[in-house]
Amino acid sequence: MDLLNAFIALSNYVIVPAMAYGSQLALGALGVTLIYGILRFSNFAHGDTMSFGAMVTVLVTWLFQSWGISLGVLPTALLALPFGILGTMGLVLATDRMVYRFYRAQKAKPVILVIVSLGVTFILNGLVRFIIGPDDQNFLDGERFIVSARTFKAMTGLEEGLAIKTTQGITVVTAVIVVALLFWFLNRTRTGKSMRAYSDNEDLALLSGINPERVVMITWLIVAGLATIAGVLYGLDKSFKPFTYFQLLLPIFASAIVGGLGNPLGAIAGGFVIAFSEVTVTYAWKKVAGYVLPDSLAPDGLLQLLSTDYKLAVSFVILLIVLLIKPTGLFKGKSV
Amino acid sequence: MNSALKNTLLFGIVGVMIAYTGFTQSWNTALLILNMGLISAIMALGVNLQWGFAGLFNVGIMGFVALGGLAAVLVSMPPTTEAWAAGGGGVIAALLMGAATIWAAVQVMTRMKPGHLRTVAVLVLIVGGFFVYRAIFDPAVDAVEAVNPAGTGYLGGLGLPVILAWPVGGLLAAGAAWIIGKTALGLRSDYLAIATLGIAEIIIAILKNEDWLSRGVKNVVGLPRPTPYEIDLQNDPAFVERAAGYGMDAVTASTLFVKIAYAGLFAVVLVLLLWLSQRALHSPWGRMMRAIRDNEVAAEAMGKDVTKRHLQVFILGSAVCGIAGAMMTTLDGQLTPGTYQPLRFTFLVWVMVIVGGSGNNLGSVLGGFLIWFLWVQVEPMGLFVMELVTSGMADGSPIKAHLIESAAHMRLLTMGLVLLLVLRFSPRGLIPER
Amino acid sequence: MSSDPYGDRGNKDASITNPHGQGTARPVKSRGPARPVPGGPFLIGEAMTGGYGAGPDILHDCTIAVDRGEIAVIVGPNGAGKSTAMKAVFGMLDVRQGQVRLDGEDITALSPQDRVAKGMGFVPQTSNIFTSLTVEENLEMGAFIRRDDFRDTMAQVYDLFPILKDKRLQPAGELSGGQRQQVAVGRALMTQPKVLMLDEPTAGVSPIVMDELFDRIIEVARTGIPILMVEQNARQALEIADKGYVLVQGRNAYSGSGKDLLEDPEVRKSFLGG
Repeated sequence: MDLLNAFIALSNYVIVPAMAYGSQLALGALGVTLIYGILRFSNFAHGDTMSFGAMVTVLVTWLFQSWGISLGVLPTALLALPFGILGTMGLVLATDRMVYRFYRAQKAKPVILVIVSLGVTFILNGLVRFIIGPDDQNFLDGERFIVSARTFKAMTGLEEGLAIKTTQGITVVTAVIVVALLFWFLNRTRTGKSMRAYSDNEDLALLSGINPERVVMITWLIVAGLATIAGVLYGLDKSFKPFTYFQLLLPIFASAIVGGLGNPLGAIAGGFVIAFSEVTVTYAWKKVAGYVLPDSLAPDGLLQLLSTDYKLAVSFVILLIVLLIKPTGLFKGKSV
Repeated sequence: MNSALKNTLLFGIVGVMIAYTGFTQSWNTALLILNMGLISAIMALGVNLQWGFAGLFNVGIMGFVALGGLAAVLVSMPPTTEAWAAGGGGVIAALLMGAATIWAAVQVMTRMKPGHLRTVAVLVLIVGGFFVYRAIFDPAVDAVEAVNPAGTGYLGGLGLPVILAWPVGGLLAAGAAWIIGKTALGLRSDYLAIATLGIAEIIIAILKNEDWLSRGVKNVVGLPRPTPYEIDLQNDPAFVERAAGYGMDAVTASTLFVKIAYAGLFAVVLVLLLWLSQRALHSPWGRMMRAIRDNEVAAEAMGKDVTKRHLQVFILGSAVCGIAGAMMTTLDGQLTPGTYQPLRFTFLVWVMVIVGGSGNNLGSVLGGFLIWFLWVQVEPMGLFVMELVTSGMADGSPIKAHLIESAAHMRLLTMGLVLLLVLRFSPRGLIPER
Repeated sequence: MSSDPYGDRGNKDASITNPHGQGTARPVKSRGPARPVPGGPFLIGEAMTGGYGAGPDILHDCTIAVDRGEIAVIVGPNGAGKSTAMKAVFGMLDVRQGQVRLDGEDITALSPQDRVAKGMGFVPQTSNIFTSLTVEENLEMGAFIRRDDFRDTMAQVYDLFPILKDKRLQPAGELSGGQRQQVAVGRALMTQPKVLMLDEPTAGVSPIVMDELFDRIIEVARTGIPILMVEQNARQALEIADKGYVLVQGRNAYSGSGKDLLEDPEVRKSFLGG
């Protein structure tokens, strides 16, 4: 019984939250890794693209809410999500046309594009703050829990409760669908294969009649979709605040690099590795240990390895360890 | 137009803009811009060493600047004797213990043969060391932080003159840069960008959370100054008389005098560092750095140790940022870890370097002044524009209120726009590298 | 480099930049449609003078041609501009004077992609396969411009290179040198080209594999596709060639049938080692 309680406590505080956070990181890292693979630079504006997409979704959600449209138990934001994606697609295509395309034509080196993306970061960051302000915004509605701790306890008669938030459920389900679609697209469709071909060998893709501008455009469209979904899911799960999206950049980059930059499978694995290590290292294990260990050994302290404020440090240490052991990341990335 | 004339003109324009602020707004504002401009110029100089000379992409400037700030606290604040008595020894012991653990782990890593045994040994050492460290560290920290938490609650500093903190800040930053560079540049491929990005966040996290060291988010205020205090000047009859001689009241004169004194000190540092950077650029060392930058393969073939050179220049540049950070905290008179944000302290410095001219020391200095001026002045300008735009709207309309309120965010937009425009139309910057 | 405002200053930061697979080609921009010019050989680059971008001329009044059912070979010392001549015909560098004609049309103004659509297949010397894609995906990418059913063509390629059929689900980067060249030629054949251009197809493969590759090339030629190729192994290449061009410093030094060139004492002395 104690072991079961320990497992439930572990699921409640570690596994479920880490699954949701890992899915969000994975979606974010997929966007970063696609840009890295095809446009060949790390996009510092990705966090702010996520925040822009989430912002559009928040605004449309508010509009729907004011019209009285809702999805019942599910958050209205899911209805608004397609509009957020469309808005972000418009934004990234406009950015590409006005900013990035010029440098591609100049055959600028990737590091110049990184600097360019810094400029875009400033602009997007300013734009989002300009439109919606720098504060926390709430846009979550619908049922809060799939399973609440109280119902779970009543159902099972266990001491420990397991709560699964609706947003956590939606996050994981959406992530699975999106990832499956993306992989089907990249590996099975003609356009997806042409994107991989372009990433592999730009000159030969040109000789094969693949239009680089089209590949780049489709990449941006996919990235806009991924970024918006990741941004909205994160915002639903935690809260929408422009600055936190900028802060997400480090764990997202870490996920993409841990998995192997340029490798979509790696981005997903990296997202979960980072999420699980962050949550486990900053979780206070007192409760779980209390169930597992005999009373005489029960710990006095919180058994928290590091305070939650150091979770960024955890991502970073994991990143370093992986790079020391496997310089190209868990899955073979392009950065050799 | 020859380049010397053009450069003089560019610096003249920035000077006129600052002077114009003095005439139209206030001289206090103008001098504040000048002082932070001097500090920004030093930061840009440091980043230019890394990017301009060696193509190293440092996105952790914020961390080095913050370390400089920490140095200011550690050097200049008086020691909290009570806290030292309560837990100082414990903290020191714990830190030594932690360092010893890492040293031992590195020793095991290098001495033992690779294999499972080594992995297990290192893991046991690190995990065991961590728990011992926490066992010594936690009670000591609790004891330190319990000492008058509202006033001190930290170990304090050495109580030395704050000017000493400037080189110390450089040293702290150099130390951190050595660790980062050793790890990130030593990997099979170079991972400097992500490493600096991560370390900067970690440094800020430490400053925010380790109350025993830096009082965390409670901030350290009232740092000693290298300049006289306004109130002392106002009480000095000779000063009041002199001020009256210029037709100024004592309060304004004292604030201006203090700021001018800071400007003088900062200018000395900037000129010294600029002179050193120029010397470095034209020395054999600088020529070699540029040779490596322009053709690494050839330089390597000539027997140059590229990684070592990169490490050198990375440490130097970071040290310069650390010096600037210590100066900034000295100017502010307080360390506020919550205010360190990457957009302001990392990416803005990048804008300065790119706009000024990558690879050109003078350009970086110009970029530092110009971008800092814009950063400060875009807000009032944005407000003015917004008031103009909304002048036709009815008072109390929500859109008008929103637009005026949002004017504050114009500066981010402007910085992005300036960076993109310069990169597009003058990619070498205002003062290009020769 | 400091001279290039959009250069990387030697930055090799793998955490933010990915130089892998980045394009270096600066293909000619399309400047107009093809004009009908009846007559002449099937494919000819006539009196071509040009170089890369604004750089100096590499080719000087250089002419190469191939006719239906023929194999034409370009040989010459290192740096003679052999590959450059090939690229000029394909539109990968600026031809300032002279023209390129294909099947009775002047195609000088077309971009490389448009030339592919007109029926030219080109196999570059290096980086000529998609290493991370499977063999089959490589062939599919070769057929990218085709919207019809290309399974027949793929079967033909597999007939020609049976080993590729066995390895069709393997990433092409895992194959041996000779097999990679087969993938590269196969990829170019997928468009059902009217003419095939090969830039040193036997570079870096062992002599046995080289013989096999030459056999395959002859087989392709027998299906009626004219082949224009650059070869380092001059003697062997001229033996199978209907037409040969010896280039020196971007100019035509000698031309004639493969047999004539092999027998020409001057050519033998200077280029074939006696």
